[in-house]
Amino acid sequence: MNDRQLHDEIERYLSGEMSREERAAFDALRKDNADIERQVNEHRQFIGMLKQFNERRELEQRLNAIHNEIDVHSLKEELTVHPSWIVQLWRNHHSKISVAASIAIFAMLATLFFTGYFKGHDSNYTQLRMQMESYKRSTEKLNNSTNALIHDIKASKRIIEPAKFGGTGFALTANGYIVTNYHVVKDADSVYVQNETGDSYHARIVYTEPGYDVALLRIDDSTFKAQNPLPYTLKRAQSDLGEDVYTIGYPRNDVVYGKGYLSSATGFHDDTTAYQVSIPVNPGNSGGPLLDNKGNIIGIISGKQSLMEGAAFAVKSEYLLKAIKNMPSDSVNKKIVLNSKNTLASLSRAQQIKKVQNYVYQIKVYSK
Amino acid sequence: MSKVLKGSAPTDSEVILGILNNSEVVLERLYVAYFPMVMQLIINNNGSADDAKDIYQEAIIVLYNKIKSGDFELSSKLKTFIYSVCRRLWLKRLNQMSRFDGDIKDFQDYLPVEDEVEKQTDRDLQYTKMESALALLGEPCKTIIEDFYMHDRSMQDICERFGYTNADNAKTQKYKCLQRLKKLFFQHN
Repeated sequence: MNDRQLHDEIERYLSGEMSREERAAFDALRKDNADIERQVNEHRQFIGMLKQFNERRELEQRLNAIHNEIDVHSLKEELTVHPSWIVQLWRNHHSKISVAASIAIFAMLATLFFTGYFKGHDSNYTQLRMQMESYKRSTEKLNNSTNALIHDIKASKRIIEPAKFGGTGFALTANGYIVTNYHVVKDADSVYVQNETGDSYHARIVYTEPGYDVALLRIDDSTFKAQNPLPYTLKRAQSDLGEDVYTIGYPRNDVVYGKGYLSSATGFHDDTTAYQVSIPVNPGNSGGPLLDNKGNIIGIISGKQSLMEGAAFAVKSEYLLKAIKNMPSDSVNKKIVLNSKNTLASLSRAQQIKKVQNYVYQIKVYSK
Repeated sequence: MSKVLKGSAPTDSEVILGILNNSEVVLERLYVAYFPMVMQLIINNNGSADDAKDIYQEAIIVLYNKIKSGDFELSSKLKTFIYSVCRRLWLKRLNQMSRFDGDIKDFQDYLPVEDEVEKQTDRDLQYTKMESALALLGEPCKTIIEDFYMHDRSMQDICERFGYTNADNAKTQKYKCLQRLKKLFFQHN
């Protein structure tokens, strides 16, 4: 029996076309021959798969026919859970929104970076200490060469090198205490003060109060002699807006007078320790005294706002007093006795200046 | 969040009897009754209306096979069974498309139906294999096989339709076709 004949026999057997005798014989054959038995089962399984395939295909066709009757579109509308429009906006566009947000943030950071926002302190605020190196060097060199000899001979064997920074300071007491800004003397290796007549003395920093931008120096030079009693006093109370004020300082090598008025009771970024003053000031004015009409010191010039016309700032005198109070007593070897008698009140402005300028010093700071 | 779905659903025993008796009406009522529920599930979980159709029909086929094979015990509501199967199938599909974000929005209670779905996956595989084998078989073999084994036509009919001179020639042809089909079907393994 070849394959073809066997196949026919199996089909007849499975479809029940065999007579009873044939069937019995085939059953016996199946029992005897495992190979035939296997082929019968395989054939039956395969035909079963074909039938299943057909059944499923027909079922799918029926289901498709039913499905076509359904109005899917309106059903969809009805069944979609509509989230609020903002959620939908986010779902549909979140990638675009994210990109836009990143660009915006980047642009903002870049702008802040290029405008110098991240550089330590506010760029709008300019501290008024003077960078001396450039032009001081040439003049001092000249001084050095011409006066070196005389200087050497004349007692003090002091070699004057160009100072790195400059500012202004004023006497707190007659015995050599001088007030200036902290930012003028910070990082200083040595500090010299020079008075209006050109005498230069070495000074030591005895106390600093960076929070108020106040520094206290003491002249510790043997050539220094105590001055006459101070003509001015420190004002303890707050001054009023609109008050006429003036300053004298060293924005250059000679003393310079500046006049203005008190324009706000708070300083840069609403700093309550400072006044805003409308007054012409320049680098080098830092640390200078701010006086009112009667010759009371009401503040210390400390800086100005670079983007605003005529806005300078001055540390209030009450904070200077606080700084003096905060000073540990062991850092002073001569007692600080504040002057309490004002001799300027009745004088004209020009006479006031004449007196005050003796007590205003140019501060020269040397550092590596 | 779930809305009340309209339509008069056939009772569960009606459906079982109807499917066993090949009732077209019952099948239609069943289909129409639960499609909105499945549609709601799919379109609110990243799917389209076509996805809903595929998934739902697959689930109906699972139910149909289960009832036809006679091992269907009514341990839960049919509605729950269908929902569970669809949910499982859709999760699987989402995973395959890597669109599953770990969160599925449910509208009904559901049961674990992993076994049913696995079985159905096997059957699907067989079905697609048979489909492609038949497609590769070509005419007239495909029609002869379909007529004889699926539509139960007699050899005589087939002989006339294809113009064979006698039934024996047709039988020979059918034999050759079946051998080729088997070969095509099994070589895909």
